[in-house]
Amino acid sequence: MIPEIGHFALIIALCLALILALVPAWGAWRGNRVAMALAPSLAIGLLVFIGISFSCLSVAFLQDDFSVKLVASHSNSLLPPIYKFSAVWGNHEGSLVLWALILSLWTAAVAVFSSQLPLLVLSRVLAVMGAIAVGFLSFSLLTSNPFARTLPGAPADGSDLNPLLQDPGLIIHPPLLYMGYVGFSVAFSFAIAALLGGRLDASWARWSRPWTNIAWAFLSLGIMLGSWWAYYELGWGGWWFWDPVENASFMPWLAGTALIHSLAATEKRGLFKSWTVLLAIFAFSLSLLGTFLVRSGVLTSVHAFATDPARGMFILVFLAIVVGGSLTLYAVRAPAVSSRVTFAWVSRESLLLCNNVVFLVAVLTVLFGTLFPLIVDALGQGKVSVGPPYFNAVFVPLMALLIPVMGLGPVSRWKSDAVSRWRHELAIPAVLAVLCGVTLPLLHAPYNVWVALAVLLSSWLVLGLARDVWQRLRSRPGVARGRGRLTPGYIGMLIAHLGFATSVIGIVATSQYSIEHDLKMSPGESQVLAGYEFRFVALTQVRGANFLADEARFEVTRDGVSVAAMTPQKRRYLASGQVMTEAAIDAGLFRDLYVAMGEPVGDSGAWAMRLHYKPLVRWMWLGAILMAVGAFTAVLDQRYRRHRAPVHGSSEVALHGA
Amino acid sequence: MGHRLKLFLPLILFTLLAITLFRGLSLDPSEMPSALIDRPLPAFSLPALGQARTLTEVDVLGQVALLNVWATWCVSCRVEHPYLKQLADQGIPIFGINYKDDDAAAQRWLDELGNPYRFNIADREGSLGLDLGVYGAPETYLLDAKGVVRYRHVGVVDENVWRTVLEPLYRELTTQGSAP
Repeated sequence: MIPEIGHFALIIALCLALILALVPAWGAWRGNRVAMALAPSLAIGLLVFIGISFSCLSVAFLQDDFSVKLVASHSNSLLPPIYKFSAVWGNHEGSLVLWALILSLWTAAVAVFSSQLPLLVLSRVLAVMGAIAVGFLSFSLLTSNPFARTLPGAPADGSDLNPLLQDPGLIIHPPLLYMGYVGFSVAFSFAIAALLGGRLDASWARWSRPWTNIAWAFLSLGIMLGSWWAYYELGWGGWWFWDPVENASFMPWLAGTALIHSLAATEKRGLFKSWTVLLAIFAFSLSLLGTFLVRSGVLTSVHAFATDPARGMFILVFLAIVVGGSLTLYAVRAPAVSSRVTFAWVSRESLLLCNNVVFLVAVLTVLFGTLFPLIVDALGQGKVSVGPPYFNAVFVPLMALLIPVMGLGPVSRWKSDAVSRWRHELAIPAVLAVLCGVTLPLLHAPYNVWVALAVLLSSWLVLGLARDVWQRLRSRPGVARGRGRLTPGYIGMLIAHLGFATSVIGIVATSQYSIEHDLKMSPGESQVLAGYEFRFVALTQVRGANFLADEARFEVTRDGVSVAAMTPQKRRYLASGQVMTEAAIDAGLFRDLYVAMGEPVGDSGAWAMRLHYKPLVRWMWLGAILMAVGAFTAVLDQRYRRHRAPVHGSSEVALHGA
Repeated sequence: MGHRLKLFLPLILFTLLAITLFRGLSLDPSEMPSALIDRPLPAFSLPALGQARTLTEVDVLGQVALLNVWATWCVSCRVEHPYLKQLADQGIPIFGINYKDDDAAAQRWLDELGNPYRFNIADREGSLGLDLGVYGAPETYLLDAKGVVRYRHVGVVDENVWRTVLEPLYRELTTQGSAP
């Protein structure tokens, strides 16, 4: 009975979404206030019914209702309850329901928190979101019904959740990622509403900014968790593979980063209007494209869901309508005349332009690399695969170009600045950055030029920010006033840029300094790696809730002092028979130690073992968390809560905010 | 007018992309049968991985076997590897094509993770892969005793693929071969 209620609720939700897409839009067109005023309540209704549907599906999973096909093929009675719950979105059908739920959450959030918007704008925004919901709900109901039953003849037990997905990180990774993906639909809807209304002014940029920040922050966290999961769960210590599915989440992130910065210029200075709208369309389109790539089966990947050409066709048509439609609207309605606002070459505007160019090139690079095999294939030129070498070769120089500019950005002024002022402001940070770059890598032998470069660039970034903060606090009479100038928007930018610097150091140091040893070890043997002695103490058998495992016990010492006890496992899952490597990781701020079991060698109890020493690997994820915290902080800025602010912002506020 | 036309540029680019994606759908890699189905394996002469000898298409003759395309840079191959070893333990003959890879890295992989392969063809330049029409690693071909390609699977071979697709074909071919 419960699955039928869920199915029915999903159908009602589709009806509500249809009404939301049509009636308020009609009201906005005709000037009918009653029709427009329906939008917020419809948005709440949508959330309620998708919520009911999602709850019903969760109950089916938690109660082991194996008559539901989805539960039978992705869950098992032995599965711990928390994984039964996360199994809801560990598959194509359920993850679509989660997607719809999150979309309705965002829609309801816009209805509630943006109630001070002009009714005309609000009803258009909600109508666009309703239309997107129609697309996803009909996708779910027409091609991937999560509530389909196998009656009669329900299996006695389910075939289990893929062991790769039985992991705490994977419980929250998809929801966070979807919060980000779907969150860009808000910026997208604001852009479409602005195009429909023909008013692309600073106010729509100000309305979109907090939403874009939140979506971007969630996406950052989602990507970070994905990378962290790959690191400890896949069992060979990698953290980024340029896999099509990873790229699918990375492209909206890159476009979103460009969007955040371009929105700043649009809000503060009324610049780059058409461009910003286009970026808002891009960011969400790339989210949809990601969905297409993951679920249609055009590209093969470890992450890919069970693929089905019919589903691919549906998403492609949906993609064509949404992206094609919005780009047509853009072509017809975007202001064709270039803005009358001018700026000097030496100004914050041109630095933001640099940011946008770099991120756009990055997006196109990743997009091209991801689709290249497909393009070549479609042209009948055979099959190729693009690997990490291509992506790294393009990405590393791009980021190296970005950071010098990024260090200037926060210090620079809008409209027009002077190189002499930059020189004056940043001379000390520049000298200190060179000093840091030269000396800090000495702490870790052997000296590495790439790490030195990363430290140089990152400290340039951090020291420039520090100088700017100091300047702001000092330049005002009285520290209290100076602190008043540190608005949440500015502090958020500080934290996010600091996070970026942290990630850069983490990525470069890990790539350059990591040591890996693959070797055969028997119980009792020890091995020294980067000054740590790993002693293989014993091999035991362990039984978990739904698996059996061989467990190796390691004791790690350094200079005779005990550092950690580590227990990597080789698990065999009972229901599916799949074998998984569970790595043991001793985490630290400055280094991770990592032990994974390979295969037994011979009959003497010896195993192939993989020992890793990974310095600063945590910094990469810490940086991503800082970026997200920064984006959340910026949202707290008071000007997003004021109903009517001056179009170009007061001079007090206008000085910062990138 | 010129300004307005410029704004159509994103739309045009997207249309091109959508056409490519549409073509991509019809080219669905896991759906597409190989052009080589029911034709003999293309001729090749390549070094064996870790052995000082040259392998040719004659070396895979004589039994129904799997020909698995893999590489150390291929993420999915890691996922597939343990299952291939299970199959090898059951006595299924598996030959490997180490595709566009570094010999030393491949050898390390086999030493560390175990070796399910009877032997490995070191296809460093991907020339054999090109002849086979390899889309990307991993890929698995089912060969009969005369070296004719009977089936091609793109992507990871797991329990499910083996039980539902490959094993029935494998059984059929083995009984056919031994009957007359």
